[in-house]
Amino acid sequence: MQCCVCKEKPATVHLTQIVGEKMQKLDLCEGCAKAKGINDPTSFAMADLMLGLGASQELDPSAGVVEIKCPRCGFSQADFKKSGRLGCPECYQTFAEGLAGLLKTMHKGTRHTGKAPEALRKSRETGDRLKLLQKKLNQAIEAEDFEAAATLRDEIKGLGGASPAKAAK
Amino acid sequence: MKDLHQFLISPSSAAQQHGPHDRIVMSSRVRLARNLRDSAFPGWAKKPERVKILEAILPAVGALPEMADSFAEAMDNLTALDKQILVERHLISREHAAKSVGSGIVLNREESFCVMINEEDHLRMQALRPGFQIREAWLAIDRFDSALEKKLNFAFDNELGYLTACPTNLGTGIRVSAMLHLPGLVLAEQINPIIQSVNKLGLAVRGLYGEGTEALGNVFQVSNQMTLGESETVIVERLEKVVAQIIEHEENARQTLLEKKKKVVFNHIGRAYGILANAHSISSKETMNLLSLLRLGIDLGSFPGTERALVDELFLTTQPAHLQKQVSDKLTAEERDLIRADMVRERLKDVSRPVTK
Repeated sequence: MQCCVCKEKPATVHLTQIVGEKMQKLDLCEGCAKAKGINDPTSFAMADLMLGLGASQELDPSAGVVEIKCPRCGFSQADFKKSGRLGCPECYQTFAEGLAGLLKTMHKGTRHTGKAPEALRKSRETGDRLKLLQKKLNQAIEAEDFEAAATLRDEIKGLGGASPAKAAK
Repeated sequence: MKDLHQFLISPSSAAQQHGPHDRIVMSSRVRLARNLRDSAFPGWAKKPERVKILEAILPAVGALPEMADSFAEAMDNLTALDKQILVERHLISREHAAKSVGSGIVLNREESFCVMINEEDHLRMQALRPGFQIREAWLAIDRFDSALEKKLNFAFDNELGYLTACPTNLGTGIRVSAMLHLPGLVLAEQINPIIQSVNKLGLAVRGLYGEGTEALGNVFQVSNQMTLGESETVIVERLEKVVAQIIEHEENARQTLLEKKKKVVFNHIGRAYGILANAHSISSKETMNLLSLLRLGIDLGSFPGTERALVDELFLTTQPAHLQKQVSDKLTAEERDLIRADMVRERLKDVSRPVTK
């Protein structure tokens, strides 16, 4: 069996990962496995790492996949496949879809819960609070508890949040 | 331009720095990765952009009170030997040592803060402390970062936190690590199960020089791997807890070895002393491994009157770049082995044979 990366040397490292109901298999030679930093196959989404961002997402091959490039820095999925690193901070938005699966397997969670720059801390806290209130508001509406809903709506307005009708979508 | 070697703490003073539990925890470190909002990451930015980033970051870092007395330099102004010395001191990564134009370093006099500019990220700032002081290192670098964010615009996303070049550092951008000397667990053949259980907790165990290096001299680095989804405090506390447990296992292993395998331990220590005190040619790798046993011997009371600092100093001065720095001519590896052996023999001439009670 040949290594699926360099297609030259025989594959001696075999990885199998089951994501949902799909099984992914990779066969690598020792050099390529090392180059990709594989010693703990459980710690990342293999396909994302090996085949570029978003490869583990189901892409319809017949749809003719257009390569995404970061509008800010011109970085592409192929570049990520080469280096395992992104081009600029904005790449996280550009490749958000492809990154989501990778981050899930890599980290404890997908939402940052630690420190934030002081300038952003306030708006961040307000954002968190608004999200919570919105959730409560939806629950209140569903339960037809209109008194509670009115109070929540006022509080959301007070924090500068969107009008309930708009935010509820 | 300051001379790096005038600036660096001498190996003997460096070895004299003490901290809690330093017979097992050699040092603690917390590093934060940060990037500027509107620039490409160092690996993707072109040279002029990297130089611009470096020129923006250098003065901002230099102006922090912690860096009032500091060594700040562009990497292209450092010789290969200087860079290697910084690696051997664990002040910069091997990756950073390979950088040149557009990358830089700022190091304070006490060597308690060291900032790498344009390594994998625009900023890799580290707080270093001797012994088991993980929390102190975190508090120090947290303050440092809070002061710096007033001068620089860091890339931050409400969902994802601090944005880093590699998704593995995303979120907190934190890496908390402790360097541990674990000869007891290695001799008792308990090190592998310990490494495995530490791995299961989502922590990495690496060798002396970080990623992809072997555990020379029975020195291991334990650090967190996951950076997103948990707060810095949670990560710091987990590492603290795990390191405290490893310390306990190491102490127990040493105790058990003394009770049940005394001859094996004394054989190792005695042979290490014999070779180090009498060799006329010795490689850096063999030196490290034998010095580790000597250090264990000192901890176990086999060398009354000899301080651990002697070994810690030799740990540093016998490494290739430090050795090369002490002589003017360019040495081959074979010549270094001769000079290394001479130096170790000289330093051990007043150390008597191990006491084996």
